[in-house]
Amino acid sequence: MSDTRTSDSQPPPTEGPAADDAPTAEPPAAGPPGRAGELARRLFTRPELGALVGAVAVFVFFALSAESFLRPGSLSTVLYASSTIGIVAVAVALLMIGGEFDLSAGVLVTSSALVSSMFSYQMTANVWVGVGVSLLVTLAVGLFNGWLLTRTGLPSFIITLGTFLMLTGLNLGLTKLIAGTVSTKSIADMEGFSAARAVFASQLDLGGFTLRVTVLWWLALVAVATWVLLRTRAGNWIFAVGGNKDAARAVGVPVRGTKIGLYLGVAFCAWVLGQHLLFSYDVVQSGEGVGNELIYIAAAVIGGCLLTGGYGSAAGAAIGALIFGIVSKGIVYAEWDPNWFKFFLGAMLLLAALLNAWIRKRAEATR
Amino acid sequence: MTDTTTRETAPPGAGEPLLGLVDVGKSYGNVAALRNVSLDVHAGSVTCVLGDNGAGKSTLIKIIAGLHRHDTGRYLLDGEETVLHSPREALDRGIATVYQDLAVVPLMPVWRNFFLGSEPHTGRGPLRRLDVATMRRTTREALARMGIDLPDVDRPIGTLSGGQRQCVAIARAVHFGARILVLDEPTAALGVKQSGVVLRYVAAARDQGLGVVLITHNPHHAHLVGDRFVLLKRGTMAGSHRKGDITLDALTHEMAGGGELEQLGHELARTPAPTRSPAAS
Ligand SMILES: Nc1ncnc2c1ncn2[C@@H]1O[C@H](COP(=O)(O)OP(=O)(O)O)[C@@H](O)[C@H]1O
Ligand SMILES: [Mg+2]
Repeated sequence: MSDTRTSDSQPPPTEGPAADDAPTAEPPAAGPPGRAGELARRLFTRPELGALVGAVAVFVFFALSAESFLRPGSLSTVLYASSTIGIVAVAVALLMIGGEFDLSAGVLVTSSALVSSMFSYQMTANVWVGVGVSLLVTLAVGLFNGWLLTRTGLPSFIITLGTFLMLTGLNLGLTKLIAGTVSTKSIADMEGFSAARAVFASQLDLGGFTLRVTVLWWLALVAVATWVLLRTRAGNWIFAVGGNKDAARAVGVPVRGTKIGLYLGVAFCAWVLGQHLLFSYDVVQSGEGVGNELIYIAAAVIGGCLLTGGYGSAAGAAIGALIFGIVSKGIVYAEWDPNWFKFFLGAMLLLAALLNAWIRKRAEATR
Repeated sequence: MTDTTTRETAPPGAGEPLLGLVDVGKSYGNVAALRNVSLDVHAGSVTCVLGDNGAGKSTLIKIIAGLHRHDTGRYLLDGEETVLHSPREALDRGIATVYQDLAVVPLMPVWRNFFLGSEPHTGRGPLRRLDVATMRRTTREALARMGIDLPDVDRPIGTLSGGQRQCVAIARAVHFGARILVLDEPTAALGVKQSGVVLRYVAAARDQGLGVVLITHNPHHAHLVGDRFVLLKRGTMAGSHRKGDITLDALTHEMAGGGELEQLGHELARTPAPTRSPAAS
């Protein structure tokens, strides 16, 4: 890069792609070492590559270790387990790409189910009212997280740790206060229950393979998240606020709005999963959900999201969730002590983080 | 040096300045970062702001860029007194700023960085989406027009050299119709060669008719492209010169602290470092 072409005759630059029909400076064909190396570099810069390799590895591993693993019934169980993690993990991944955490996501799922159940039971005869109120309440928690974060500038770790503890207490305390026990009353005989169950907790039998509706929710959410990330303005902003918040603000990106939107996304996904749990069991245990927030974060990290923000993908988080599903159920089918599950996942997480760091370094070194 | 100092009170023959600051001041709490600073920016010319670390250069451009508001003095845009409320508003008024270290988002591809905050759309309704093809092509073309030859606009901008990154940020400002381009020490972290490249793009932007504000603490760089020079010292104006009125030597001398430097020279001469032998280098 040496010559500076500056034509005095050129009119002052105007808004938009002014010189679109000017003779196009074709991108100079990359030299001999370029093309193949470039392709390899592109592949290696995909955030989900490490997770994909990991998912194939654990899949093959359990397919060889447990003969029942490859049966359609087992695979549908694996997919179901993956979907219940993946629904929230995809939003957590977007949030992480945007540079923030949400430690309250796990208990928020339970809060969402509790609100829906108890509001329906106490106030109305129709579960859909509870479902709607639950959506508003859950989004309000997300809004609170995002608003407090952007107002105070405190780390999201602290803020959402606060909401995590508060929600944990509220879930147990309010449930005991209202229902008298640690779990809610059954709402199975209420109006609208079967319709709501069809939306949030139905299943379809396909000759041995049971397709749960959560899998469809999961895939749909991943598709939407991918679209948003890669093909919308909001997606550009998410990468930017996570990658360099100040640079983003300086070029006019609405940093606060983007972050608040990401927390609303997590809340929405927590609501979807919360409704699923409610309508598949028709009662809710108020102490559930604690610890799941870390599983969502781990799935996002295994899927290639950078803890420091600015990098990652929705598909990666989905593959991360799939790894969780494969391992948690694979251990059962292999008839191992299920206590190994957490150890296994911790090891996966470390491996993934190391692999991602290594891949990124390589990608950035390839000039 | 005072004999070379000529206070500019009125713009030169080139007509009304695009941007004028008149006796602008700014305090952070009780730290007075700027006092009574005035400067003009004209279309097709480069105004250099020189000063040591902490002189208030960054504060000055943050005021110009709408990131901070001035406490005293007047901010004139096209001769009209203006108060900017945000960087977005400054951008909309044609003021683009390339910050020292805030210029880009390193992990994002070049083309996404290029359009960040001003992304074009295509399609309608739920199919409304980023016009990715146009974004890629326009990025390549805009860079080519500035003489920047970048084969792959898909690579993360963080993998470009510091000079290339600054150049992309400059090309972006030019493309989006900036009338005033503000550059905060674009050459500070660069080597000699890369500095040269960046200065070429500064000149290219100037030749396309932009008014450029170039912040630097390097008088050599300033003198190469500058048309007028404003010297800042601990928040106040230590001088304001036109190109013809000051030689590089005089500029360097003022920048280096003038008399203070001579004083320092005396001090150092009297107390040479005992461990360093002159032959070592
Ligand atoms: N946000 C801030 N809060 C308080 N003081 C500041 C802030 N920014 C700059 N300053 C002070 O204002 C003075 C000028 O700083 P700055 O404009 O960054 O100088 P320069 O860019 O020339 O090195 C310095 O004394 C600095 O410490
Ligand atoms: Mg500075």
